[in-house]
Amino acid sequence: MTATHSLAAEDLTLAYGERTVIEGLDLLVPPGRITAVVGANACGKSTLLRSMSRLLAPRSGRVLLDGKAVHRLPAKELARTLGLLPQSPIAPEGITVADLVGRGRHPHQRVFSRWSKEDDAAVAAALDATETTPLADRAVDELSGGQRQRVWIAMALAQQTDLLLLDEPTTFLDVAHQIEVLDLLTDLNRTRGTTIVMVLHDLNLAARYADHLVALSGGQIHAAGTPEDVLTEECVRAVFGLDSQVIVDPTSGKPLMLPMGRHHTAPRADVLQSTSGS
Amino acid sequence: MTAVVTPAPSTVDTVARGRVRRAARRRLVITLLALAVLVAFAVTLMVGRTFYPPGDVLRVVLGSDVPGASFTVGTLRLPRAVLAVVAGLSFGLAGVTFQTMLRNPLASPDVIGITSGASAAAAFAIVILGWSGTAVSVTAIVAALGVALLIYMLAFKDGVAGTRLILIGIGVAAMGKSITSYVLSKAGAWDFAEALRWLTGSLNGSTWEATVPALVALLVFGPVLLGQTRNLSALQLGDDTASALGVRVERTRVIAIVAAVALLAFATAACGPIAFVSFLAGPIAARLVGPNGSLLVPAALVGALLVLVADLCGQYAFGTRYPVGVITGVLGAPYLIYLIVRSNRTGGSL
Repeated sequence: MTATHSLAAEDLTLAYGERTVIEGLDLLVPPGRITAVVGANACGKSTLLRSMSRLLAPRSGRVLLDGKAVHRLPAKELARTLGLLPQSPIAPEGITVADLVGRGRHPHQRVFSRWSKEDDAAVAAALDATETTPLADRAVDELSGGQRQRVWIAMALAQQTDLLLLDEPTTFLDVAHQIEVLDLLTDLNRTRGTTIVMVLHDLNLAARYADHLVALSGGQIHAAGTPEDVLTEECVRAVFGLDSQVIVDPTSGKPLMLPMGRHHTAPRADVLQSTSGS
Repeated sequence: MTAVVTPAPSTVDTVARGRVRRAARRRLVITLLALAVLVAFAVTLMVGRTFYPPGDVLRVVLGSDVPGASFTVGTLRLPRAVLAVVAGLSFGLAGVTFQTMLRNPLASPDVIGITSGASAAAAFAIVILGWSGTAVSVTAIVAALGVALLIYMLAFKDGVAGTRLILIGIGVAAMGKSITSYVLSKAGAWDFAEALRWLTGSLNGSTWEATVPALVALLVFGPVLLGQTRNLSALQLGDDTASALGVRVERTRVIAIVAAVALLAFATAACGPIAFVSFLAGPIAARLVGPNGSLLVPAALVGALLVLVADLCGQYAFGTRYPVGVITGVLGAPYLIYLIVRSNRTGGSL
């Protein structure tokens, strides 16, 4: 698999009925890298992601995959290159993990074609990659939230696309499972060169895991670039209307945002002393 | 966690074995259901005021002339049995298509008013307009599509069949039933059984003229629906996921609705809206098959079995002969109540 596919939005305007969500947006997704899209609630993050995988037709402008408009590409052809994990996919009652992951093979199958050896291998590889192999014969509705999310990612992996879009893959997960999912996505990116675009709520995790950070505000890109360039106190104020302090994350060396509300913001004297003394 | 490009052979083995096991379970259920349908079909041909042994029945079906049996089996019982199977398959297939597509067992066409729309139109065409044959089928189809379109416009929000769709559908169903009742009250000399045909469905007085259009519709639209099996399976994961998997969601939905409505309308024009068969077939098939693949074929067979067995019960189990729809109605109503009670708690799925 290669990481040479280019995905870009060109003067993109998106709307639901009368309500315009994204207006005249240009975006270039760096191939083979991890891009995180952040922004306030209802700023159009998910809408942008849906449009990039052609779930939503643009009002004007285009989404280009390798220079071709995605809304013009044959559905299955697109689905062999570009995968999307929506925010709340639905698991049919009682479906087993292996069966659900197998649904990811849809774009590789014909109407009455038989299940092939490649299909089995792709499902197995997806299970192995997400460490869900021991769950293969379990029912999806019996699993914990973290396990279930890994299974959905496995389904998207079985689709074997070079580009993978994920809409808030860490929502509803506790912190350990959030890290687990983001580590898994990083592994995918590093070992297979899969280009990843994900919408994330947590700014600090986004800054830590993304190579490229996109901050959306009011249907426009406020800033895009490396986490160091994008995650600044000014940016947080402009995008979220929140005062903050951005420091260097001692664990990762990436920027770390500390929100400043109206309470609990007076620094403890001993902490101040130890930082100024060092 | 590491990303693996080449899977472990043992994992491939697990995946393949699980898939084969699921397919085997589904095949077993389908085979047993098909056998049960065959047996019920044979019993329908053999049993009646006069009993004919299998040998006689077989000879009649194969075209030989058997004194007595040729008329009773060939002219009276055979069209009835064939119509029972055709209508059952059609109702089952159409019902499970709607339930799968809308991800809600309550969203079957007889609960949301599509069947009663077809029935009202058929009764209107026959009683008021004095039409028969194909004209009645066409009227039923147009009305059923109209009702489907009406419900679609009133209730669809991003393809989700919420409470809204069910409530609107139940309202539409009640309207259809009241139109049918009104039409029947205008039909002076109709006897009770004939009237019941259009209210709950009946196989009494089945003829080849009524059966053949429904059979042709099944042969045309059945394969169309079966061709959508994989797309419908993907739709179960939600519209967004299905679309991301390369399914053209709107197109799949339109094909499935038109084919399912056509099946329903032709079957309804032949024998009336046999109560609750499309509603019951899918969930019963789901219980039998388990989460082991598409329910289209199993549900169709369950539908046929339901109609055949309910018709046998209606004819011979009680002192009086009841139309088949009365029996299926008695079976279906408690299940409907159960589902509504349950869906309040869990949201319910097929």
